[in-house]
Amino acid sequence: MTAQFKPTELVDFVVIGAGAAGGVVAKELSTAGFSVVVLEQGPYAREKDFSHDEIRFGYEGGFTNNTRLQPVMYRKDEAAPAIAKKAIMYGRQVGGGSVHFTANYWRFHESDFHERSLFGDVPGTAFADWPISYNDLEPFYTKAEYDLGISGLAGANPFEAPRSKPYPLPPMPVKSSGVLFDRATRKLGLHPFPAPMAILSEPYRGRGACVHCGFCEAYGCEVRAKSSSLASVIPVAEKTGHCEIRPDSYVRRIETDARGRATGAVYFDAQRREIFQRGRAVVVCANGVESPRLLLLSKSNLFPQGLANSSGLVGKHLMWDNGIMASAVFEHPLNEFKSIQVTRVIHDYYAADAKRGFYGGGGIDARFQYYPAGFALSGLPADAPRWGLEYKKTFGEYFTRTMTLLAHATSLPMEKNSVSLDPEVKDAWGLPATRITFENHSDDVANLKWLLEREHEILEAMNPKKVWSVPQDPVIDTSVHLMGTCRMGQDPKKSVVNRYSQTHDVRNLFVVDGSNFVTSARQQPTATIQALAYHAADYMIRAAKSGDLG
Amino acid sequence: MRMNFTRRDWIFGTLGSTAWAAIAAGQEHARTSIEQPYSAKFEFFDIAAAGDIAAIAEQILPSDDGPGATEAGVIFFIDRALTTFDTDKQDIYRNGLSDLNERRAKMFPGSGSFAGLSKGQQGELLRAIENSDFFETIRIHTLLGFLGNPSYGGNRGSAGWKYIGFEDRMVWTPPFGYYDAEAK
Repeated sequence: MTAQFKPTELVDFVVIGAGAAGGVVAKELSTAGFSVVVLEQGPYAREKDFSHDEIRFGYEGGFTNNTRLQPVMYRKDEAAPAIAKKAIMYGRQVGGGSVHFTANYWRFHESDFHERSLFGDVPGTAFADWPISYNDLEPFYTKAEYDLGISGLAGANPFEAPRSKPYPLPPMPVKSSGVLFDRATRKLGLHPFPAPMAILSEPYRGRGACVHCGFCEAYGCEVRAKSSSLASVIPVAEKTGHCEIRPDSYVRRIETDARGRATGAVYFDAQRREIFQRGRAVVVCANGVESPRLLLLSKSNLFPQGLANSSGLVGKHLMWDNGIMASAVFEHPLNEFKSIQVTRVIHDYYAADAKRGFYGGGGIDARFQYYPAGFALSGLPADAPRWGLEYKKTFGEYFTRTMTLLAHATSLPMEKNSVSLDPEVKDAWGLPATRITFENHSDDVANLKWLLEREHEILEAMNPKKVWSVPQDPVIDTSVHLMGTCRMGQDPKKSVVNRYSQTHDVRNLFVVDGSNFVTSARQQPTATIQALAYHAADYMIRAAKSGDLG
Repeated sequence: MRMNFTRRDWIFGTLGSTAWAAIAAGQEHARTSIEQPYSAKFEFFDIAAAGDIAAIAEQILPSDDGPGATEAGVIFFIDRALTTFDTDKQDIYRNGLSDLNERRAKMFPGSGSFAGLSKGQQGELLRAIENSDFFETIRIHTLLGFLGNPSYGGNRGSAGWKYIGFEDRMVWTPPFGYYDAEAK
């Protein structure tokens, strides 16, 4: 039975954000017997609210942050004027981005956690080792895979770190893009493997298997086969009777007492009334942009730079969702609009290699992530006609015959890339708007260009009719992987949270989401965000039981 | 200015953003229009403007090789979009149509409307404005009206989906395409 608490009731934990991390934290804490209120900005949309409607979920952005209500300002550096641009995007609903994500779910490599030691310094950056190792996180990756329901083939990726258990479900059926990719990469001496996906290949824990409708990326799953936190862990949390998911609750401030301990959160409810929810501890899982923004909004006499910001690093080291694609068209129909977006991946180019002349690396996956109108408008080669009979014939022929490769690539942490509060622009609730300052490191740009060349090699080995790049050069696009802005570390002067995602400054305040990432690894961060959430929740439970959060 | 789409721009709709109520209104409006196709009235366009925009949409997606913008009912989709979820694009159409008529009068003295020009003249005029915001907005709306969900009043009889080989189904089973079938 779903719990309902009065805001005046002192609950054990107030969790802010019901996304990939917040859902996991809520489930872990509530099943351990703690009372939990989860405050979520967005609505509680369910399967009946999802559909295949491209105008609603593609053109209009579906359940993502609406920049008319919450403007996002962007500038490339401090000297440039900030302009309104949807530079960042997040899932704004119960389940957060895990509802609309593509559902790629592979683990970071062992090397990702100490890559600074392996590769050496990269001048002009804050490239650093994580304060935890892959071995620390391994049990929590496993827990995530089993709690959520992940399909994949253990041992198929020769570059994967050791795992204690296989995936709970076999891999998803391969698509034509996967078959072509598999053959071509093997011919080139590479090591393709079935994509690990947060999508059920078989019935699992009361949920049915994927029916291959094709609408994963940008869409919510109508049959609960995508292992979002909405479909998996949140219902478990609610069943404990200790957890209330409170949607349409937009937190504006975390309150603290005279001792500098968090006491709860003030939020706007659906009627924009300000309500204070009391809690013994606060866990911020609002994503890599909204979490640092909330800490900055929560400044007080005791915390003049913003809450938990004695380091001055809250909001700094924003890392970008760097990626680049190439597409190819074939003689026969692939019908990539059916089933999940990704079925094969390679990690052969994952490791950085100084011999290339820059830091960087990436995974490459075979995919098709277009829906009909979006394909006709943005999926064709740059030299294709843009209107008229030849245009129509081109997308008519290409739609069923095209596939794409996405290289998901590194983004170096730099202090100058940040999330801050815009000094002028306000959101619809009167709060300072998000301001993003971001510019890629030259190594990241060089890496993207290098990976694009690898994509062309692979596509050419498939014997296609034509190959093209999308976009033709690396660009700053909309980032949906929001990382680095409350970085994890041992030194309170150089980081915001410790290895348990606990803020250095406030012992009963945690921040757990992509903001903890010290490095970007190679994108596709959800598995690691959730492993961190399990890892942090494990500590919270032990600390709360022994009275260490008081 | 020509809009450049990038991966995230399109997939996650950084182009538009609207309250759900407007979308629901758009669908409801469209539904009524489909149910009463002959009594459906334009809410944004007058008849002359509707004729011109429909002619532009037909230039973008002609019907030479099968159903195009006209058969898919794109003009009805655009009218609804402009009175529901894309009201902020109304000025682009108003100003664009006025500019188009000025250009037309200069290029083809004595002509009465864009729709009344020959196909060749229409194409010539559109090539002169193909990099404008106005043309790009019509292009986007035309494609949405051809390939978007039929519940918005366009893509009638799933004409656009049939043309590209897409079928909106809840369940598919492998093999999905030629190459995975061949690999079995």
